[in-house]
Amino acid sequence: MKIIQLSVFLENTAGRLREVTGILSRAGINIRALSLAETADFGILRLIVSDAKKALEVLRTANFTVRETPILAVEVPDQPGGLHGLLEALAEAGMNIEYVYGFVEKRSDNAIIVIRVEEPDRAIAVLQAKGFTVLGNREIGTL
Amino acid sequence: MYWNQQEECMPVELLRQRQLARLQKTVARVYERVPFYRQRMDAVGVKPADIRSLDDLRLLPFTTKNDMREGYPFGLFAVPLDEVVRIHSSSGTTGKPVVAGYTRADVALWANVMARTFVCGEVTSRDILQVAYGYGLFTGGLGAHYGAELIGATVIPMSGGNNKRQIMLMQDFGTTALACTPSYALALAEEASAMGVNARELKLRVGFFGAEPWPEDMRKAIEQRLNLKAIDIYGLTEIIGPGVGSECMEQNGLHLFEDHFFPEIINPDTGEVLPDGERGELVFTCLTKEAFPLLRFRTRDITRLIPGNCPCGRTFRRMEKVSDRTDDMLIIRGVNVFPSQIETVLLTIEEAEPHFQIIVKREGPLDELEVLFEVDERHFSDEVKVLQAIEQKVAREIESAIGLRATVRLVEPKTIERSMGKRKRVIDLRKEQKP
Repeated sequence: MKIIQLSVFLENTAGRLREVTGILSRAGINIRALSLAETADFGILRLIVSDAKKALEVLRTANFTVRETPILAVEVPDQPGGLHGLLEALAEAGMNIEYVYGFVEKRSDNAIIVIRVEEPDRAIAVLQAKGFTVLGNREIGTL
Repeated sequence: MYWNQQEECMPVELLRQRQLARLQKTVARVYERVPFYRQRMDAVGVKPADIRSLDDLRLLPFTTKNDMREGYPFGLFAVPLDEVVRIHSSSGTTGKPVVAGYTRADVALWANVMARTFVCGEVTSRDILQVAYGYGLFTGGLGAHYGAELIGATVIPMSGGNNKRQIMLMQDFGTTALACTPSYALALAEEASAMGVNARELKLRVGFFGAEPWPEDMRKAIEQRLNLKAIDIYGLTEIIGPGVGSECMEQNGLHLFEDHFFPEIINPDTGEVLPDGERGELVFTCLTKEAFPLLRFRTRDITRLIPGNCPCGRTFRRMEKVSDRTDDMLIIRGVNVFPSQIETVLLTIEEAEPHFQIIVKREGPLDELEVLFEVDERHFSDEVKVLQAIEQKVAREIESAIGLRATVRLVEPKTIERSMGKRKRVIDLRKEQKP
């Protein structure tokens, strides 16, 4: 089960990120997780939000360049070695990770790791075979 | 299809005879009536009677934009003001504007050459022609207007601006022909799509675009987005306004209406006249104008005359689309660079939108060339390496085209200014910085 991440192009100028958070805040959209990849002159903001469709719409209306990217959100135990186990499983299958970020679930003992891989469907199969829980959009929406 | 077949398809021999007769008459007139030209000719020891062939034109001194400024406002007119029925003027962004006067006969001539222009794009009395060139002192609006009316087309005198209304009238009136600057044509296409109008389904059939240089790929973009045939037209205030030359349906060079405006190509550094086919600065001599007939006016436009005949049957020589101006040339780290060279590169790279800006600045002792272009949703990626690869690709292509390493920077969409009229493609910050 893949979930939708929004990737937003940002020029590296003061206040640009704040504009995005302002737009999402006014639209009543909650940010579940985010990561920002940056270079000297631009950044790519990656967001997982409560309502991806609506967020896409309000950001595009405000002239942001936004793209939907399918990513995987995987539960790992919130303890030493949690992420490592996940990476081991993918490494054994010979899979390369483009990028990864994570957040801690509030109401359980798990952390959620967001990963972007080239072959998401194969990664899901690999991880589920190893007993990992791969979350869907519905679970992310109700976290 | 011709406006006046006899004039436009005249045998070359006959055309040259007519040009020479007109040239001799005009040189005699300005020598007698314009002190500026009399002094200039006396200074080099040339009399009107010395002009015995078209080649003798090169005996005459050049007229430059600077001479216009010295003669400001009416110093180069060859008739008294009471014979002048109209004044137009260039924008004059640097110093005094250029002032052009027209007699009644000049206005009629202008309408005639603009009618030729529109008929080059097969406009007839059945067409609805929307003029979105600015009306007023600028020659574009009224020049196009009079020519289209002379043909009997239905003219919509919209002038520039008011984009939404432009689109609305195109829909409601069924506009078939459009006349405006090429960058404004793209702005209208964008406006249409912002309004949810499919511009390809408008009734537009042909467009007449000029007043700024535009590369071949911009033509493709306009033709694709507006679903029309994009005709390049050429003119300048000093000569008459639009109507100096136009492409025909072949879209392979602009026929210069040389029975009225005689072209030469010169080496911009030495002033030497170059043979047809060689690239250089375009120079015009007005053969028939009454009020403001310039001799050997240096346009600063760089082009060449295309050898050979055009299949359309017109015998007027064609010039290649103007891509550069002598005064647009940037000298960066000793290398001559025309903005159009960079534009050509960007338009061949699929990921680069045609919206870009060149910034030249000085960092320490070195000139820096920076090229900004807008990221496009189609090519945007969530991975930094993909976007950086696009930047590097653009930098590499620019370097191979002009031999200079440029810093290429992606910016957000719509951050580069779209202007109503002419585009600001180059910002040279060196002029504002201390050397």
